[in-house]
Amino acid sequence: MTTPLPARRRRLAPALTYLSLVVASLVVLIPLVVVFLTSLKTSQEVTDGGALSLPGDWLNFDNYVTAFTDGKMLSAFANTAVILLFSITGTVIIGSMTAYAIDRFDFRAKKPVMALFLIATLVPGVTTQVATFQVVNSFGLFNSLWAPVLLYMGTDIVSIYIFLQFIRGIPVSLDEAARLDGANSFTIYWKIILPLLKPAIATVVIIKGITVYNDFYIPFLYMPSEDLGTISTALFRFKGPFGAHWENISAGTILVIAPTLLVFLFLQRYIYNGFARGATK
Amino acid sequence: MTETTHTAPAKVPRATAPPPATGRRSSPPRGGPLRRLTPWLFLAVPLVLLVTFTYVPVGNMIYYSLTDWDGVSPDRNFTGLDNYEQIFTRPELFRVFFVSLYYLAASAVQIAIALYFATVLSFDLRFRNLFKGILFFPYLINGVAIGFVFLYFFQDGGTLDSVLSWFGAGSDHAWLGDPTSANVSLAGVSVWRFTGLNFVLFLGAIQSVPAELYEAAQLDGATRWQQFRHIIAPSIRPVVSLSVILAISGSLAVFEIPYIMTAGATGTTTFVIQTVKLAFQFNKTGLASAAAVVLLLIILLITWIQRRLVPDEKVDLV
Repeated sequence: MTTPLPARRRRLAPALTYLSLVVASLVVLIPLVVVFLTSLKTSQEVTDGGALSLPGDWLNFDNYVTAFTDGKMLSAFANTAVILLFSITGTVIIGSMTAYAIDRFDFRAKKPVMALFLIATLVPGVTTQVATFQVVNSFGLFNSLWAPVLLYMGTDIVSIYIFLQFIRGIPVSLDEAARLDGANSFTIYWKIILPLLKPAIATVVIIKGITVYNDFYIPFLYMPSEDLGTISTALFRFKGPFGAHWENISAGTILVIAPTLLVFLFLQRYIYNGFARGATK
Repeated sequence: MTETTHTAPAKVPRATAPPPATGRRSSPPRGGPLRRLTPWLFLAVPLVLLVTFTYVPVGNMIYYSLTDWDGVSPDRNFTGLDNYEQIFTRPELFRVFFVSLYYLAASAVQIAIALYFATVLSFDLRFRNLFKGILFFPYLINGVAIGFVFLYFFQDGGTLDSVLSWFGAGSDHAWLGDPTSANVSLAGVSVWRFTGLNFVLFLGAIQSVPAELYEAAQLDGATRWQQFRHIIAPSIRPVVSLSVILAISGSLAVFEIPYIMTAGATGTTTFVIQTVKLAFQFNKTGLASAAAVVLLLIILLITWIQRRLVPDEKVDLV
């Protein structure tokens, strides 16, 4: 023992820290990279080579074409886009209206109303689908795009909390000044509150967007029709017809992951903050 | 196993909350009936949606759970608590609770890993943002995509076998072939998927501690372990306890990964998979409703315990 222990530890510790980080990164990346490699291989290469072998032609996009044409990914992206547009717009309007009414008005039933929203956060969505299904079905919404839109809009209490949090930071004096100028409550909501809620809206759009984009359970339950696939359910259906054709399944998988990666790269900071806020509600 | 964001049942003081408005007073309750009606105009649509898609289903569910309804036929018989009795006495129905234990163990691992990396990355490191991004990204990926990625990962001669053979540990073990191995593998996927969220939450809490505290500690000669023990640990306690509660209720509500990967085969059926199958494959709406009510009660109980153990100082509403 030539070097005293603390000094040696000081040199060893950073190396071990980096080692652990590199190992963790490999654990995250290797499964994804392998699927990406597989998506560029031919059927022959997948059967003959090992999982970690490299594709012969790095520009072989045939599997992606198959995923789009036979896997109905195009209509899946279109359906998902429609659901995203309506459910996010609805969530923003509903959430901000609720927060405005709760924060800016005094009315007798305020506490019961808040309790109603609060208790609803405790009810996990997965458990109630057995009965929710009957409600949706009785409206004749089964197998339509409106079922997920309404469910995403109507059961999002997290966004109400996010709006409530932000609306408290907007001084009431602004409302009062506008009221003196003759503005009514709707004008105040639309012209003053909503524009000032922009940061909250950005947060809600990002969290809600990613949650809806990734959701499998609701479209799977409510839209079994082939034409109404969302990216989750359309990808899930790859399992049957493509059987062991891992090159096609991999291409579909990468098609689904790629938009998420792009959004993440461009909106990193908002995403970290948004999810931290959403999850701790 | 914090299963996405939408039903997280608790609150924690946030460092990022906007500053409280100065001199806030709600508008005076002056004015006629129109003024009193205004809040209800804003609340009408949200309340209708809330009641229709949360409270009506919960009410119906409790009612269905006391009947033998099959979900389609117009007639149903009142059977009292018979469905509940079946859930707790038929071993094949009760067994699913044991599968949750795998996911519970996995969440302990997940929280430990997240805690380690949050601590490590709270110090200044090279490539810190890159590592943070890599660790968090799995949480954002579509569940079906993750399912397929890991089906290929665990396949015979798939990713895992190939990587292992590099280290000379090649095996022809069928990872999803027997119940124990399959459940451990699936719980591992769950760790892979959800560690990032815990990690980012913990990191946020650690970074909300003012930097001067660390500087002062370093000047006083505190080691990294002492810094963790006396500065980091107290500041993240609320977030960690919240994560533990979410992990417990999350491990009971596991659905996506096992359903997509094994469809509940080889002993990987979870409580929710079983409920969904009972309701939508075997048309046992009554029994499935009873199962859902049981899960709901368990989750409410866990949340109640959490509120008792960790009273949050900042109640957001009211």
